[in-house]
Amino acid sequence: MEELTFAQALANLSDLAPEIGQASLETGLMLGIGLTAAILLGGPLGILLYLTQPGQLFAHRTVNGVLGWLVNLVRSFPFIILMVSLVPLTRVLVGSTIGPIAAAVPLSFAAIPYFARLVEQTLREIPRGVVEAAEAMGASPAQIIVKVLINEARAGLISSLTILTISFLSYSAVAGVVGGGGIGDLAIRYGYYRFQSEVMIAMVLLLVVIVQLIQFAGNRLAARLDKR
Amino acid sequence: MIHLKNVHKRFQKPEGGWFDAVRDTSLHVRAGEIFGLIGFSGAGKSTLLRLINLLERPDSGSVTVDGQPLTALSASALRRARQNIGMVFQQFNLMANRTVAANIAFPLEIAGWQQADIDARVAECLDIVGLADRAQHYPAQLSGGQKQRVGIARALAPRPHVILADEPTSALDPKTTQSILDCLQDINARFGVTVVIVTHEMHVIRSICHRAALLDAGEVVEILSVQDKQVSAQSALAKSLLEVA
Repeated sequence: MEELTFAQALANLSDLAPEIGQASLETGLMLGIGLTAAILLGGPLGILLYLTQPGQLFAHRTVNGVLGWLVNLVRSFPFIILMVSLVPLTRVLVGSTIGPIAAAVPLSFAAIPYFARLVEQTLREIPRGVVEAAEAMGASPAQIIVKVLINEARAGLISSLTILTISFLSYSAVAGVVGGGGIGDLAIRYGYYRFQSEVMIAMVLLLVVIVQLIQFAGNRLAARLDKR
Repeated sequence: MIHLKNVHKRFQKPEGGWFDAVRDTSLHVRAGEIFGLIGFSGAGKSTLLRLINLLERPDSGSVTVDGQPLTALSASALRRARQNIGMVFQQFNLMANRTVAANIAFPLEIAGWQQADIDARVAECLDIVGLADRAQHYPAQLSGGQKQRVGIARALAPRPHVILADEPTSALDPKTTQSILDCLQDINARFGVTVVIVTHEMHVIRSICHRAALLDAGEVVEILSVQDKQVSAQSALAKSLLEVA
């Protein structure tokens, strides 16, 4: 194998620029769909997990037990196995099992219970007395959820979302390799199968930068929202 | 104003078995008075207070506040009735992510007030408790006494007929305690709000209450009356409390 100069490596990468752009879009799409599902479905599930705990507003042993068991069940699956298991469902929902939208199905499936647990844990940090004060003032359950729980936990919820985003950036690389596309997939195809190490290194560096940016933005927003 | 009739409340102990916090107790609080609930720890005074707005639902007996039979109301009717009963807590229980003004606005928001009315009423309440200059602060930026003033302003905002205060001064130093007690007394005198206050200090009873119930082991031992800051008592328990105070 001939020696690769730095200039040559850069030239190779710039030739790949359209693919890199495309891969970034695919990763963004997978993450966007997965995180949206996590927020829209996992968020309410997490709130329900919290509220059905003993001593809380809707304390209910059976409901809490069943929900907790379901969440644990989905979370027990190694992601790659969950993805394979969900192939039939993905085909029904998306009509295909390849592409970023198809890959977003198992990603969403994994993200929902993950975020639900993060939300549940974050809400536990709100002092019970604050919720009780709202009850004493005659607040309805919906008002307590929106105006008290979510508002008091908002900084923690942003931190949870940051953790979720970074975890699922990594999961999306796995989903990408089995047909989802994205940055991880590009790194494997060029960097590993075609021995273009410069592509592998560049993609990992790109992911490092993205993770740092997400964490930075998450920390900043959480700190700004936190008045405790 | 407040009628508790044969209320009984028991709790399951963590190690099994039951604990009777309030035993078949009846109590009548008159409109416009400051009524104390005093006793040692575990006497049932906080539970009795929390039975008044049904934060704890009695296992038996009935609760009537301002003519409303709370124990017979539906969930939504109870929520409306609670808007007429303010509550002040030992640990303040303010919302950390809301400003002082937004904390006081909270009960008005949930009662469906118009924004302009909310703003006017919040300003009024801030004046009453002397915190007009702290409207845009967050609770974390306030002292304990200031937090409790916000708690009182929040309880007062919807113009309730009753305010329940659960050891409102127990987390405060003696000087701040006196200013909070004065604040409650001022509100009672100016607006005629009936105040029920839980305390373990005879000093609190002496300084602001008109009458008080002495509780022991979940029962009312004696109703104490206060005249010119003098508590008259018959029971041995009351006398022992008066001696330590």
